[in-house]
Amino acid sequence: MLDLQNIEFVVKNGAKRRAIIQDLSLSVKAGEFVAITGPNGSGKSSLARLIMGINRASAGKLIFNGQDITEKTITERAKLGIAYSFQQPVYFKGLSVRDLLQVAATAKETFLQDTGTDYEKLLATVGLSQDYLERQIDNSLSGGELKRVEIASVLARGAKLMVFDEPEAGIDIWSFARLTDVFRKLHKKPDCAVVVISHQKSILNIADRVVILKDGKIQAQGRPEDLKEELAL
Amino acid sequence: MMDLDEIEQQILREVAGIDGRPEGAYNFRLNGKSVGRQSSTNIEVSTSPDGLNIHVAPHTHGEVVHIPVIISASGLTELVRNNFYIGQDCEVTIVAGCGIYNCGTKDSVHDGVHSFYVGKNSRVRYIEKHYGAGPGAGKILNPVTRVEQEPGSYVEIQTEQLRGVDSTRRETSALLANDAKILIRERLLTHGRQDAESTIRVELAGRNSVADIVSRSVAQDESRQLFRSQITGKNACRGHSECDAIIMNKAQVSAIPSLDAQCPDAELIHEAAIGKIAGEQITKLMSLGLSRAQAESQIVNGFLR
Repeated sequence: MLDLQNIEFVVKNGAKRRAIIQDLSLSVKAGEFVAITGPNGSGKSSLARLIMGINRASAGKLIFNGQDITEKTITERAKLGIAYSFQQPVYFKGLSVRDLLQVAATAKETFLQDTGTDYEKLLATVGLSQDYLERQIDNSLSGGELKRVEIASVLARGAKLMVFDEPEAGIDIWSFARLTDVFRKLHKKPDCAVVVISHQKSILNIADRVVILKDGKIQAQGRPEDLKEELAL
Repeated sequence: MMDLDEIEQQILREVAGIDGRPEGAYNFRLNGKSVGRQSSTNIEVSTSPDGLNIHVAPHTHGEVVHIPVIISASGLTELVRNNFYIGQDCEVTIVAGCGIYNCGTKDSVHDGVHSFYVGKNSRVRYIEKHYGAGPGAGKILNPVTRVEQEPGSYVEIQTEQLRGVDSTRRETSALLANDAKILIRERLLTHGRQDAESTIRVELAGRNSVADIVSRSVAQDESRQLFRSQITGKNACRGHSECDAIIMNKAQVSAIPSLDAQCPDAELIHEAAIGKIAGEQITKLMSLGLSRAQAESQIVNGFLR
């Protein structure tokens, strides 16, 4: 499914260069649920953004389903079947929840009404009622509601590889429990891989594999039960 | 009913949302002349030296008046006055769009002065769409809207000018009596080297009067926009003015909101925000499969909806 080969990600600040990701190689198979964890600043979110193409690798290759996507744009990667959930959901003045889900489901602008998607069901999956469909994606929604809409937009993609960057951030306990159920269900799809950046034990525990990052490198990886000491689970 | 060519029919659809003669009262103006007029039982459309007069009888409900203006002749300059006298306890919609198609070398200019006298407890919805097209010289529209509201009345003004108009000077003013309310929703998109100025002044003279003004605009390319709003509170009243603008390319936008409270019980608020499209918004929509151009278009269209 996804093969990261010797990935480097360097940011430049004037004459200074800082390596965020260093010579990192990682494979994710179809049907696999991989959780990436590690201390703040270890490069987790940068890695997630590299997979979606929001950050571009300074060196190395990204292979997705046998295709080199290293130079592909965000749009091209989305069309190949990669979806990404932002850690900080984005506000859109003038766009409704329905608009966002429709764009996600159809990869088209919302000039035409899409009747083929069950948006109510999508919202129910993340614990929101259908009343939210016409709500604007602005500061009238709470942080937790925005986060749930963000996750629903990723689920609407029906992607082969879903990358979630700290889905627990800004979400209330009730929603988080529901979110964990969503991940359990996604885990049962054999043709779909999930990569989750998380600090939460309940998410790490349902992963097939946990990858621990430190200073932009893989410090350890394995089944959650084999990493109890490293994770202090 | 007048004969319209294909371009004129297209303009009519753009500005009035109709394909031909509408139901109810109307006045169609084409290239400086009235080419169709009809009154209804409750709405009389007539002319006087003061301009076109539309009298809505008291207690009229659910009727729509169309007064579209189409200019397809290059070099035409006109000043039109429309006076609306709305009786008490009415509920009417007025659709008053103007479209210019100019394929010639001279500017075409439409200046429209719309005066509304809204009776007690009446509700008026006023929709004004402006549209410009054609490869020729200037398409210029300068509307003036004046509203006087009696006690308990409600007026909603929706104006929309999305592309095609080279220059506009828009002036809207309202005077509200006790318990009157006005909502003003302005949508504006300029591009190329177009310029647009909009000035909205509301005087909340009556007790418990309310004004809510929201302007949303997008300035693209090298276009320029200037938005001024002024709410004056002369009584216990509530006023809110909001100006949001997206600025793109080399455009320039100025927003000058102003509040003037002349009574301690006047509650007046203004908000103004100008900024480019946030990079994260584009990135989010691209991550859902849109191209950068599609993402920008989706954001702009949603913002102006």
